[in-house]
Amino acid sequence: MKFHEAKLDNGISVIGELNPSVLSVAAAFFVKTGARDESMDVNGVSHFLEHMAFKGDEKHSADDVNRIFDEIGAKYNASTSEEITMFYAAVLPEYLPSVFEVLAGLLQPSIRQADFEVERKVILEEIGMYEDQPSFIAYENAMKTHFEGHPLGQSILGSKESIAALKRDQMARYHDERYRGGNITIAVAGNTDWDQVVKLSKKWCGAWPAGRAPRPTDEARPKAGKTIVTKESSTQQHVMQMASGPAANSSLRLPAELLSVVIGDDSGSRLYWDLVDPGLAESADLSYNEYDGSGTYLTYLCSTPESTADNLKRIAEIYDDVNENGITEEELEQAKNKVASRIVLRSERPMGRLSSLGSNWVYRGEYRSVQDDLDAFRKITGGDVRALLTKYPLGQLTTSTVGPLATI
Amino acid sequence: MTQQNIQTKTFANGLTLIVEPMEDVQSAALSLLVPAGSVFDPPKQNGSASVLCEVIPRGAGDRDSKQLSAALDNLGVQHSESVGIVHFTFSAATLAQNLPQALPLYADMILRPWLPEDQFEAARAGVEQSLMAIEDEPRQKIMLELRRRSFDSPWGLPSEGSLADLENISAESVRKHYETCFRPDEAIFGVAGNVDFNRISDAIEELFGTWSRKPAPAFKTSPGGPPRDHITLDSAQTQIGIAYDSVPYRDPDYYAAWAAVSVLSGGMSSRLFTEVRERRGLCYSVHASLSSLRDEARVLCYAGTKADRAQETLDVTIGELKRLGQGIAEEELTRCKARAKSSLVMQQESTFARSSSIARDWYHLKRVTTLKEVRDKIDALTVKDVLEYVEKQPAENFTIVTIGPNQLEEPREVGGTP
Repeated sequence: MKFHEAKLDNGISVIGELNPSVLSVAAAFFVKTGARDESMDVNGVSHFLEHMAFKGDEKHSADDVNRIFDEIGAKYNASTSEEITMFYAAVLPEYLPSVFEVLAGLLQPSIRQADFEVERKVILEEIGMYEDQPSFIAYENAMKTHFEGHPLGQSILGSKESIAALKRDQMARYHDERYRGGNITIAVAGNTDWDQVVKLSKKWCGAWPAGRAPRPTDEARPKAGKTIVTKESSTQQHVMQMASGPAANSSLRLPAELLSVVIGDDSGSRLYWDLVDPGLAESADLSYNEYDGSGTYLTYLCSTPESTADNLKRIAEIYDDVNENGITEEELEQAKNKVASRIVLRSERPMGRLSSLGSNWVYRGEYRSVQDDLDAFRKITGGDVRALLTKYPLGQLTTSTVGPLATI
Repeated sequence: MTQQNIQTKTFANGLTLIVEPMEDVQSAALSLLVPAGSVFDPPKQNGSASVLCEVIPRGAGDRDSKQLSAALDNLGVQHSESVGIVHFTFSAATLAQNLPQALPLYADMILRPWLPEDQFEAARAGVEQSLMAIEDEPRQKIMLELRRRSFDSPWGLPSEGSLADLENISAESVRKHYETCFRPDEAIFGVAGNVDFNRISDAIEELFGTWSRKPAPAFKTSPGGPPRDHITLDSAQTQIGIAYDSVPYRDPDYYAAWAAVSVLSGGMSSRLFTEVRERRGLCYSVHASLSSLRDEARVLCYAGTKADRAQETLDVTIGELKRLGQGIAEEELTRCKARAKSSLVMQQESTFARSSSIARDWYHLKRVTTLKEVRDKIDALTVKDVLEYVEKQPAENFTIVTIGPNQLEEPREVGGTP
């Protein structure tokens, strides 16, 4: 396993973690742009643009793009979050040049008017699909409530209204501002050679415009809040609650990662034993999410409407206890073992290394090998977890719920 | 493609072990199939296996629920216990060096579960919660409702269980499910990773050698159906499920059947994605896949779309399914082959994928196909083979189920691309 890095003249970062003993190679383009970088009049444009990327560039039609990916047997997709738009693919090593060319093409789409109109319908269908999923609505409203007045609260999909009103030229302008060299990282993992990676990057991305796009990253200061959506057709009550956690560049993020495993992993955690194991809830979990400048603890509870109030009280008791007394050495050790195994297993495939490679580089400007991550988790002490809880106690500050209940 | 060295052994009690050693990985994965799935749920007790699955990890051998869970976590074992139609599946993956210590925990769960009576209500409540959560996931629910109507009962019953049957399930009946169905005779133990066959085989013999044979439990079948059905739901989208007959994994025509479905729905250049989503913008999600039991199979097709465009989506989708018989371009098949071959190679990077694949092969074929064999079969396929198959087994006699605000009409003929 060997790490390499390079910077193109236009500011694009290229990183590679190469390993001759695996059978495939995976490549990803990370663009540092997402819902938080949108002005409200174009809300949803990052995600819509990610869809338009697959509609072709000057050289390729929409059919060409999908056809070429399939011809070389690529496993590929794209995703948009609050902060990152990512395009990625895994292929057999001999197809890296072909897949690199198409992936690079995705980032310079033509955004043809006719394609734009058809894809608008697909996005509206996607919004409709999520509308029927109470847990998704609960998540969107939780972000909106928790980050009220902060750009992290902006919806990734946008609204039916913002998507219906969006114009092709607004998207083109957004693309021109955000898809610039200084905002882009190319990561390659797996079986290939570095010279080839650099050559391909220069060939297909060297002429892209240079520049950076600004992003204010003030830490959010959320206030208590509640959003209730009463949906009688829903069977279960879905509740999401948030509290502030450490940001992506904080030294407290690994303790937060372990704490969320101890308290809210989907099995063997405190929430699991107190709520899921006795059959009181379908799900009760806690996750830690890191963002640029901010962070959250996210609690998700899915249970019958009648038992929701009692379950929320049980969760509050667990959080109070942890804030007061911390966690045990035994719990910490067990969480480390779980996390270590997850890291190793996920990293066996090149595709599994991409998101870790990319987020370490984009958020922290650093490379961390699998061994670096394992060592870092090993070193976390009970003292680190106490320091975390002092600064970022567990909590249920903001609440969003979807289900039959009218009050909560 | 890396040379595979798959070894198998069937022990005196009928349990079969299949091991695929993989040198370039640090991990090992196991997939243990016990023939105790939902098809063995007693009549009017659909969900019995599902409740058993909740009870099994609640104490086994000399460890209670929490001790068992902690032991697995401390060995870094990522695990799941799940119920399928035919099998109760234990899957696990961890660092290869930890596997020998994990195996006795599995022997405890399988041979010496406590099945504590005082935990039964909690387990049943857990299953009830999951079934209620599915009610809030129409995309998942439609596929369960489609299976229920397109296969005979109990093959089509949801392995998760049915809410209406839960009250008929007792601690006693769940224990009985365990006692009659947990048997080694047709159990399959797949292991893949950085392991040595002889060492695993010795360990399994020692740990599972005392597991005694039992007769296979019998069950009666009854017709599924109806072929057209609608479930009314106040929702933004209408969920559409379509099923029709195909051939199972062990059928000589299987690879042609697989190619036919791949032309329809393998990759984003396939026909359903191109015609329904890319050209018409009718859906975000549309796909079809082959679902194979040992003796029969269906193509299960899904589309989700806003209510006012649901009829058009159904018409266009059915149109594409039927159009397959009119011809397939050489390039379409070539792309399917490329995708399949790339997947075969990438499977070799995942111990989890290999362990479940070798176990599944044994169930369907009583042997394991090597990746090279699969590749050769795929390479040999021609457009003519696929079209002959489609002629023999055309897309017809559809089962169509919808969930949404309005019932749809019978699919109508549609014109070509707009």
